[in-house]
Amino acid sequence: MLMATLMLGGLGIALGLLLGVAARVFAVEGENPLVKQIESLMPGSQCGQCGFPGCSAAATALVEGEAAINCCPPGGRALVEQLATLLGVSADSAGAAPVPMVASINEAECTGCTRCYRACPTDAVVGANGQIHVILQAACTGCAKCAEACPENCVSLHPEPITLDTWHWSKPQAA
Amino acid sequence: MLKWSGVKGGVHPDTHKDRSAALKIVQASLPDCVILPLRQHAGADAIPLVKPGDSVLKGQLIAAAGTEVSAPVHASTSGRVRKIGPVQAPHPSGLAADAIVIESDGDDRWIDLDMPDDPFSQAPMELAERVARAGIVGMGGAIFPAAVKLKQGARHEIKTVLVNGSECEPYLTTDDRLMRERAEQIVDGARLIQHILRAYRIVIAIEDNKSEAIAAMRAAAEPFGAIEVEVTPTLYPMGSAKQLIQEITGHEVPAEGRSTSVGVLVHNVGTVYAIQQALRFGRPLISRVVTVAGGCIKSPRNVETVIGAPVQHLIDACGGLTDEPAQLLLGGPMMGVTLPSTQVPVIKGATGVLALQRREVSRATESPCIRCARCVQACPMGLLPLEMARRAKVDDLDGADAAGLKDCILCGSCAYVCPSHIPLVQYFQYAMGEQDARKNAARKNDYTRMLMDARNARLEKEVAAKAAAKAAKKSRASSTSESAP
Ligand code: SF4
Ligand code: SF4
Ligand code: SF4
Repeated sequence: MLMATLMLGGLGIALGLLLGVAARVFAVEGENPLVKQIESLMPGSQCGQCGFPGCSAAATALVEGEAAINCCPPGGRALVEQLATLLGVSADSAGAAPVPMVASINEAECTGCTRCYRACPTDAVVGANGQIHVILQAACTGCAKCAEACPENCVSLHPEPITLDTWHWSKPQAA
Repeated sequence: MLKWSGVKGGVHPDTHKDRSAALKIVQASLPDCVILPLRQHAGADAIPLVKPGDSVLKGQLIAAAGTEVSAPVHASTSGRVRKIGPVQAPHPSGLAADAIVIESDGDDRWIDLDMPDDPFSQAPMELAERVARAGIVGMGGAIFPAAVKLKQGARHEIKTVLVNGSECEPYLTTDDRLMRERAEQIVDGARLIQHILRAYRIVIAIEDNKSEAIAAMRAAAEPFGAIEVEVTPTLYPMGSAKQLIQEITGHEVPAEGRSTSVGVLVHNVGTVYAIQQALRFGRPLISRVVTVAGGCIKSPRNVETVIGAPVQHLIDACGGLTDEPAQLLLGGPMMGVTLPSTQVPVIKGATGVLALQRREVSRATESPCIRCARCVQACPMGLLPLEMARRAKVDDLDGADAAGLKDCILCGSCAYVCPSHIPLVQYFQYAMGEQDARKNAARKNDYTRMLMDARNARLEKEVAAKAAAKAAKKSRASSTSESAP
């Protein structure tokens, strides 16, 4: 009787230790590896245009099915496609990709307070104290943080203009 | 000499060449102003070197090549720079492009040209550099900077310089007339290219419907060895580099390969002529021959004009329009692009200006694909147009690529034969444009990430620097307080 108790008890302790060790050794980093993978695809500007506080929150929401795959405007159509493959849904189900926006400053009203410059997550605003600021269109993700920061209300957002470099034929209609 | 390994596919559209081919090239008068877009070539915009109000002379460099793959722009007549800024581009979108507009002073006064010595005694790379400085691009419509091609070619073993005089697009006869009227210059230009590339031989390929051009080129080539004039069958798209190389050499250019990989360098007749003018006389590319044709043109013919002249100016030189055109095209009817108006300028790559009547334009409406596979037979690249279009329609871009989209040369043979009038080429253009857009978006995404990282690194450094400064101040403060009595 004592023998059996000791043996079972010992076995229990040994297996428990083994499980404990295994849990540490084979631990899965973070929560879901998919979240990390998606986060690495996202622009990372933490702009919040998706309605979530930053890219990693958006990635979690995407994995949990709480965000649409076209929620990220700066990511554009390319990100929609990548997300569709990763999450195993159809890219078309999301409807049109959001139109990418860019910001620009109305120079006549800018006082050179540098607030937009400090708010921009990609350093797309060029300026200095008391100087008119300007936004480098190529570096702007359209996150609107500068517009929120501007006390003069002189930053506006508009769809990225179509140029000869970005224009292309549309899909034929009918049939 | 016809080889059985010749071109597969292809179509035989009506050529409509007789009227303009019969008349000599005529010089257009000088327009009141010339509009010179900063990008008339494949590659980066040229960078303006003049400012509004400046006086310029004909042939003066007014915009320098932006990057390695780019081309400079020269004033095509003398006058005053009126503006530098956006003008309507000769592009189907009707969007604006940056250009230098010169008001002509009517004198058409040349700048002093740097007259080169005997080019055959000069080093090949020096000559290629001269071609680059002359701003020459592929004049058959490809608009790739000619010097870049020459320099690339010089790095490979080029056996054959292939002069492309096939001119397979309907209506166009500029190359035909050039070969008839300026055969000696073209042969001289081909020999200069041969010298630059140290090629073994020159082949001049001409379609069999241009018998006078063939005779003229044969006569001009006669005194020199190692120049052959090869007659190819009349077949669209014989003028495409891959097709022509296969027809002439029997070698197939591998998919995604360059023609230099099979030891051939192809230049269009017009480009060869421009290269000769640059190397013999130091003339930059500021004029070209354009076919003005189509049912709405009073007297269709070839016009030699300065680059930058408005399209309307050329139409006027041919007696004007007899009718409101149903379609206005830059280039041929198979691969040309629709023009937004007749006020847009003639650019370096403009082979033709076509004003087509309603009956010359196919207007049939699209009906569903009947899977007749005529498009497959017609495709010179051996692709599956119906499948490519089906996948492009549902935005399966990778699928369209797998069906051949990445090898499509947009020749339009498939759309030409399709009994259902499916706008196949427009599907392909859409799909290719969409692919580019996605690539650009992905590139911007990477760029954004890089900027973010750089900013975070900067902020961290700032925080660290602040902390260090604070610590230093503190230690200084404490050391001074210690030393104080
Ligand atoms: S926040 Fe507004 S006022 Fe201040 S620098 Fe930026 S644009 Fe100018
Ligand atoms: S030619 Fe037109 S109808 Fe025939 S298979 Fe091709 S796309 Fe379909
Ligand atoms: S347009 Fe493309 S698919 Fe159609 S025939 Fe030409 S190469 Fe083939």
